[in-house]
Amino acid sequence: MADIVLDHVTKKYGDGYEAVKSMDLEIQDGEFMILVGPSGCGKSTALNMIAGLEDISDGELKIGGELVNNRAPKDRDIAMVFQNYALYPHMTVRENMGFALKLAKVDQKEINQKVEEAAKTLDLTEHLDRKPANLSGGQRQRVAMGRAIVREPKAFLMDEPLSNLDAKLRVQMRTEVAELQSRLGTTTVYVTHDQTEAMTLGDRVAVMRSGVLQQVDTPAVLYNDPVNLFVAGFIGSPSMNFIHGQIRGDEIELPFTTLPLSDELKRAASGDREVIAGLRPEHFEDAELVGDHLGEGVTFEAKIDLVESMGSELYVYFDAGSDKADRVEQAASEAGLEELAGGDSNQIVARLSPESSAKRSETLKLWVDPERLLLFDPDSGERIRAEGGSGDAGQ
Amino acid sequence: MEHTAREKALWTICLTLVLIFALIPVLWIISLSFKTPATITDQSFIPTEFSFDNYKSLFEGGISESPFIKPLINSLGIALITTFISIILASFAAYAIARLDFPGRSVMLAGALAIAMFPPISTVGPLFDMWRSLGLYDTWPGLIIPYLTFSLPLAIYTLVAFFREIPWDLEKAAQVDGATPFQAFTKVIVPLAAPGMFTAAILVFIFAWNDFLFAISLTSSDASRTVPAALAFFTGDSTFTQPTGSIAAAAVLVTVPIIIFVLLFQRRIVAGLTSGAVKG
Repeated sequence: MADIVLDHVTKKYGDGYEAVKSMDLEIQDGEFMILVGPSGCGKSTALNMIAGLEDISDGELKIGGELVNNRAPKDRDIAMVFQNYALYPHMTVRENMGFALKLAKVDQKEINQKVEEAAKTLDLTEHLDRKPANLSGGQRQRVAMGRAIVREPKAFLMDEPLSNLDAKLRVQMRTEVAELQSRLGTTTVYVTHDQTEAMTLGDRVAVMRSGVLQQVDTPAVLYNDPVNLFVAGFIGSPSMNFIHGQIRGDEIELPFTTLPLSDELKRAASGDREVIAGLRPEHFEDAELVGDHLGEGVTFEAKIDLVESMGSELYVYFDAGSDKADRVEQAASEAGLEELAGGDSNQIVARLSPESSAKRSETLKLWVDPERLLLFDPDSGERIRAEGGSGDAGQ
Repeated sequence: MEHTAREKALWTICLTLVLIFALIPVLWIISLSFKTPATITDQSFIPTEFSFDNYKSLFEGGISESPFIKPLINSLGIALITTFISIILASFAAYAIARLDFPGRSVMLAGALAIAMFPPISTVGPLFDMWRSLGLYDTWPGLIIPYLTFSLPLAIYTLVAFFREIPWDLEKAAQVDGATPFQAFTKVIVPLAAPGMFTAAILVFIFAWNDFLFAISLTSSDASRTVPAALAFFTGDSTFTQPTGSIAAAAVLVTVPIIIFVLLFQRRIVAGLTSGAVKG
């Protein structure tokens, strides 16, 4: 077991393209670190550099305090789980799992014992003498995990290990992976493009975009206190609503209502300026169901376009009615939130309690909590917050 | 897809016709090889007098006297050595072409193709002169080298296609598991590319085994003459008898190793060996 330190690690290809730009990341011993980002953000390249499968163009990589930049993968003592499992098809499950130990010239008796132990952990004992071709997707995935844990390496590297499984199995395996990691206590770096996986699995999550590390923190901090538009929009499902806003004194004018600014935001965003306001769906509620908290928030009326009932909650969509939606779209697109920019950014999603009487095409009185409002600079996409405020947790 | 009875019948007829067309000459040779000198020209398909004399005559006098044993040894040796060297060299070359991004990769492939297209007859003259001054004329290496030249492109092409099929992640997995690049190649890639290796081996072996042009031009004695060339030097029992019977017998015998070789390796060419390596 060991910690992994990336110090200004850069990957530059022959054609000048920088896949990873000066990445600084400290992964502590035993930590479960998630690298998350949209495809092409450099997260897999970063993982491959840690594994030694890609050269490091610049910067230093230390595993367990030792500089490993120029070490071959085999000398780094790390195990990797691949997206497509990469099981050796000509070997049985037993041989697959024992391959690394066999290469390390471990005694055959010891190999058998370790493989059987790992197989027991992963519920693979009865499949040990089968070939990968005869296994189901979930079983292959477990063999790939088994191949990693048999070796008791310094660190596990996982490259989207669950993305080839169907949705139900993925949720099940997600729990198993988390359990396994916490039981073994091995440092793990896990790459995924799925923000749900990132939020549920990791001790800490590193969000990447276009080769640049955006924010590294616990899932809760990323969710509540994102550093910029990209992290705010990427983390959370359904994603945060971005609305064009105009600050006038102590208030912010949104297309559908006007909200008072919290003390902290008053300090951060002084004077009249254009901003992008971020409100998560759960910061809205049906005004009739708020009860005692009614006075703490602001109520406004909205015409509901669509109601989606999930049973435990209700998603309602309404039109923001902004004439500056293209401004938000542009900012989102610059921030790298293509999916968001492509959608109808004029539409707001609110998550309401299932008791709400919201109906399609009807007008509903909605309540919003102004304390939860986040502000972003429309040009840079950076979060607007008070110097020395509670927002520091983000770094 | 379900075939109707009519379609099946049509296919059967077509295949039978092709089989008859291809096999009649072979059966004719077999028939000739069992005939006695007196009945060899009787034009009957089934021998009227059945005898093994033609086969016996091939092996008469042991290795020093027989016109057939030494060439058979030459043929086997030269073809096997060619196949072995060709597959080893081709697998390294093909692996590099399939996996590494090095300058001149496409030039190399194009060059290999160009060599394969080159008419061998135009190299025979220069080779004859060169081999004589180098002392390679009428030796095993004298045949193995030109065979390698013309079989390598074939083998490289076949193997590149097979190596490209193998998921790259398997090698990465092997490397992370602690394998050196060479171990990853021999323990993971080669076993998976085995069907391709065998396919290439069969092609190279048949090419070397069947060659007549180089064998007749670059040899002068039993020291290196292979069977196809040696057949042309067979003599009859007397000056006035044609060696038809013994040529037929020899022709039948040289076909046997090819059949054994193909049957042996064909079983190893199992499609879909890589299934299960990766999802999908």
